[in-house]
Amino acid sequence: MSSFWPIFKRELRSYFVSPIAYVVMVMFLAIAGYFFYSSFAFFNFIGFQAMSNPMMARNLNITEGVLRPLYGNLGVILLFIMPLLTMRLFAEEKKQGTIELLLTYPVRDLAAVLAKFAACLAVYTLMLGLTALYPVLLIAYAEPEVGPILAGYVGLFLLGAAFIALGALASSLTENQIVAAAITFGILLIFWVIGWSSQFAGSGVGWVLSHLSLLEHFDDFPKGIIDTQDVIFYLNFMVLCLFLTLRSLESHRWRG
Amino acid sequence: MIEVEQLSKSYGPIKAIEDVSFVVDKGEILGLLGPNGAGKSTTMRILTCFMPPTSGTARIAGYDIFKDSLKVRRRIGYVPENAPLYTDMPVASFLKFVGEIKGLSRRERLRQIGQVMDDCGISEVQHRYIGKLSKGYRQRVALAQALLGNPDVLILDEPTIGLDPRQIIDIRRLIKGLAGQKTVILSTHILPEVSMTCQRVIIINRGRLVAVDTPENLTAKLQKSPRLLMRIEGPADEVARALGGIHGVQTVKQDGSSPGNVATYIVESEKDRDVRKDLAATVVQRNWGLLELRPVDLTLEEVFVRLVTEEKESAT
Repeated sequence: MSSFWPIFKRELRSYFVSPIAYVVMVMFLAIAGYFFYSSFAFFNFIGFQAMSNPMMARNLNITEGVLRPLYGNLGVILLFIMPLLTMRLFAEEKKQGTIELLLTYPVRDLAAVLAKFAACLAVYTLMLGLTALYPVLLIAYAEPEVGPILAGYVGLFLLGAAFIALGALASSLTENQIVAAAITFGILLIFWVIGWSSQFAGSGVGWVLSHLSLLEHFDDFPKGIIDTQDVIFYLNFMVLCLFLTLRSLESHRWRG
Repeated sequence: MIEVEQLSKSYGPIKAIEDVSFVVDKGEILGLLGPNGAGKSTTMRILTCFMPPTSGTARIAGYDIFKDSLKVRRRIGYVPENAPLYTDMPVASFLKFVGEIKGLSRRERLRQIGQVMDDCGISEVQHRYIGKLSKGYRQRVALAQALLGNPDVLILDEPTIGLDPRQIIDIRRLIKGLAGQKTVILSTHILPEVSMTCQRVIIINRGRLVAVDTPENLTAKLQKSPRLLMRIEGPADEVARALGGIHGVQTVKQDGSSPGNVATYIVESEKDRDVRKDLAATVVQRNWGLLELRPVDLTLEEVFVRLVTEEKESAT
């Protein structure tokens, strides 16, 4: 596994040498900032109304009113933005031919897959970390509960990691970055909305469908609930995708 | 050092290489020669464990390329075709990355990077991004990364392509200097390169091995009859007729003419028969001007074309 670090460093570096990381981060933070502002403004508006309506004031809760919708929205933004971060992972190397160098170095395929995954995850973690400004602002001026905030971040981290694993898989299947991004986005979208049909599907199928949904499993985190079932779902999703990525990379060596 | 046994590779119905076997001894420089699409790159990709053969096997330093891929890869340095490199890195960082990935210790890495940068003449561009370098420099960076880690075997896919004549001479000298210490396989379609750098040549055409020998032997073997080049001042038709009439001369071919009634002729004679005296006498007798008379060897180009075309004829 000694080849993990050099590849990890190289990958991370190439995110920041090119404008990709900056552009994606700026877009993500700008949209996140907008959502934070609008949900906060809406909460304010409700707050003023509540001054004349004590019944309404009882239900006011800044975690529920500002952070939960914010986390939900961040999840949706990730759906659009993550394919842009992951599409280059393998596709670029295939296009440029450097994959031929990488795979003829004494590197285990697993180390290459994990290093690339980890590098993208590091960029994502940094991006997500920068959004911590919003809860910090809230804590400065109000008294939100800290537990649900942290749980929300755990959820976003797991959700993003699952997205990245799928993106890595898609990128390993093609040498065209646009195709990789399109596949990633398409599959993520399907896994996002698959739960919607559970309402009219039969009870058995419906249960399966809602459990497959990336969205349904995310729901509990911003409420402050870290359910092992959800954590394991995301970990499973990640491991499956990375395993398939490894297979797709290895297939170079045995595909006749 | 390298043993290749009945290697075949097909891409679907297309056979890229078929039943290729050869052995390379330690310290030998072997040239892999063939027209474009002959299967040179495929052979090299198999040897470097980038892709598997459809059938057959190969061993490098005793390790099977399929079963002990990691051990094989530790012992080879590879320059792929067109020298793909990470264009978003400066040369020095790239070499550092390669040194790390090949598992060199920090001290050893610094020493070797300095060494290969000197050998390949890239010290002056070490802080520039690879993407901004000219083709020639990139090719040399690719060679430098292959040399890192001091591998026993070097596999170079067209290492001198895109270089200017002086750089080509430098790189050839560098490769030649490796003879004895390292086993080198290099592919090329530039024939003089092979006769200059390689001790042995393999000629591949349409996926099949056509010939394996030293460049000199190949030339000698295919040269069926001695050939002479003559430059004669005189009426072309008559000259050709007169020369053709000499006992022992098989063919006379006019090979381009220059102004003032001067023409060049290639004369092929029977084996073991020196016709030079007779030729000269004939020319002088008729009062033509004999400007030049010298024996010509078959160039490797001609050997190559002969092998490749003979193969075609026997196939049809």
